[in-house]
Amino acid sequence: MNTQNPKKDTKPKISERRRFLSIMAQSIGLSAIGGLIWTGYVEEAKASPLLLRPPGALKEPDFLRMCIKCGQCAEACPYDTLLMARPGDGLPMGTPYFIPREIPCYMCTDIPCVPVCPTGALDQKSVSTEVDGKDQLDINKARMGLAIVDHESCIAYWGIQCDACHRACPLLDEAITLEYIRNERTGKHAKLIPVVHADYCTGCGLCEHACVTEKAAIFVLPRDVAMGKPGDYYVKGWSKKDQERVKNRDLTKLQTKTKMNERSAVDALNAGDEELFDE
Amino acid sequence: MSSIFKMRYLILRRITQIGLLFLYFSANAYGWKILTGTLSSSTLFQVVPLADPFAVLQMLSAGALMGVNVFIGAAIITLFYGIIGGRAFCSWVCPVNMVTDLANWLRRKLLLDKAERKVWISRNARYWVLVLSLIVSAITGLAAFELVSPITIFNRGVIFGMGMTGGVLLAIFLFDLFGVKNGWCGHICPLGGFYSLIGRFSLIRVRHNQPNCTLCMKCKEVCPESEVLFMIGKRSTTVNMGECVNCARCIEVCDDDALGFSIRDFATNESKGDNR
Repeated sequence: MNTQNPKKDTKPKISERRRFLSIMAQSIGLSAIGGLIWTGYVEEAKASPLLLRPPGALKEPDFLRMCIKCGQCAEACPYDTLLMARPGDGLPMGTPYFIPREIPCYMCTDIPCVPVCPTGALDQKSVSTEVDGKDQLDINKARMGLAIVDHESCIAYWGIQCDACHRACPLLDEAITLEYIRNERTGKHAKLIPVVHADYCTGCGLCEHACVTEKAAIFVLPRDVAMGKPGDYYVKGWSKKDQERVKNRDLTKLQTKTKMNERSAVDALNAGDEELFDE
Repeated sequence: MSSIFKMRYLILRRITQIGLLFLYFSANAYGWKILTGTLSSSTLFQVVPLADPFAVLQMLSAGALMGVNVFIGAAIITLFYGIIGGRAFCSWVCPVNMVTDLANWLRRKLLLDKAERKVWISRNARYWVLVLSLIVSAITGLAAFELVSPITIFNRGVIFGMGMTGGVLLAIFLFDLFGVKNGWCGHICPLGGFYSLIGRFSLIRVRHNQPNCTLCMKCKEVCPESEVLFMIGKRSTTVNMGECVNCARCIEVCDDDALGFSIRDFATNESKGDNR
């Protein structure tokens, strides 16, 4: 047999030890490939920031870490507001979210979705206030998102009388107020425009649900997406609360990062366009 | 009648699998409070917490500091399968088992085993996937297998609406039918691997009575983890390997009363066969 197949003789033989090491190396290598693909998929899957979470949800990265995807919040919701992300939805699979234009959060005072959470991904403390030394559920403390008004498509901004969102708001005149502004076009009418106040808005989406335009002109976005951040440099000198906010700022770290022009003001103004380009 | 007797455990298994799915479904659809949640975490009679210990392990690896309930739930499940059921979750609870059993049945009927493509995956691959899922969880800060687990995807699909869940199940079905025999449940699924590990010392076991055996090998043919039956025709003992799912198909197909349920045999103290 060896003479028929001389190649077989030249094949190097490997020891059991080498064989074991080779197989381990292969397994680890294949696992590394799998791990890279898997990690890539997970990282992509969790990067969908435009999701509205149930009341009391932790900040998104912590929420994703803590949610066991059991759906008990969605089952507890009496209005079928909460949905569980399915394959094909393009969202982090199995996590609860809601679409206010379809079914908003009706802000139940007993918040049935939060206490049933087994892991604490929905934090009961964050939607409770202390009354006589006891924590009592308070849905008004929920911060599911923030309503944003698109001035271009809101018909109240056109001057047409509409206060659908204002009337739908469960924190009427707190989370949404109507402001009178002069209608410059007619010169003799007022516009009643809705203005959202982030200190009160829970992000329930009842306004988005009620909005009369074809695609809602007021809509809820996650707070991280909808809001800016002034940082420690700018402080409302007239507000005690705002001074509290920056109490612990590190003054040594506050510097202007913009590069100052070293030329004299006259030279800089006469320099024309060239100042606009980097060297 | 005898044919029903020959499928008695299979019928019982389908009743528990579908029954559990129905209880979960009815909690959402009709508001019954018997079993709320999903297989990853649920509440029995609004009191007893239950949780998938492997999901909890992944979440711990991802760095989640969870509430007490979920640990109590995971402990209950771990103790139940660790002491009593072994890997019974896979064949008595897991809904994906119905899909893979169907693929396996078709495979036998269509004689696909006789002309098998050589796609080789080690049965130990699931333990690699298990470790990998914990590593990926730690890197991404998110329970990695829970995110893609077809078990809970199917489970949630039944409760909350399917979406594209069918695609996931079809992929597993085709993999098991045309790819690798028992490919998903017996080779890849890290949850199966996890229950193999925690169930390796459980009490309820299949026992082989060697003197009755006629070596027809029907049991090995039908077994989804056939290497656990290494003792067939060799000696009387219990099937002690953790990979046995306690599905009892071997007991049903045996015409010679050489297999039956029993309590673990501690005398022959081995979890893996020496002559394997």
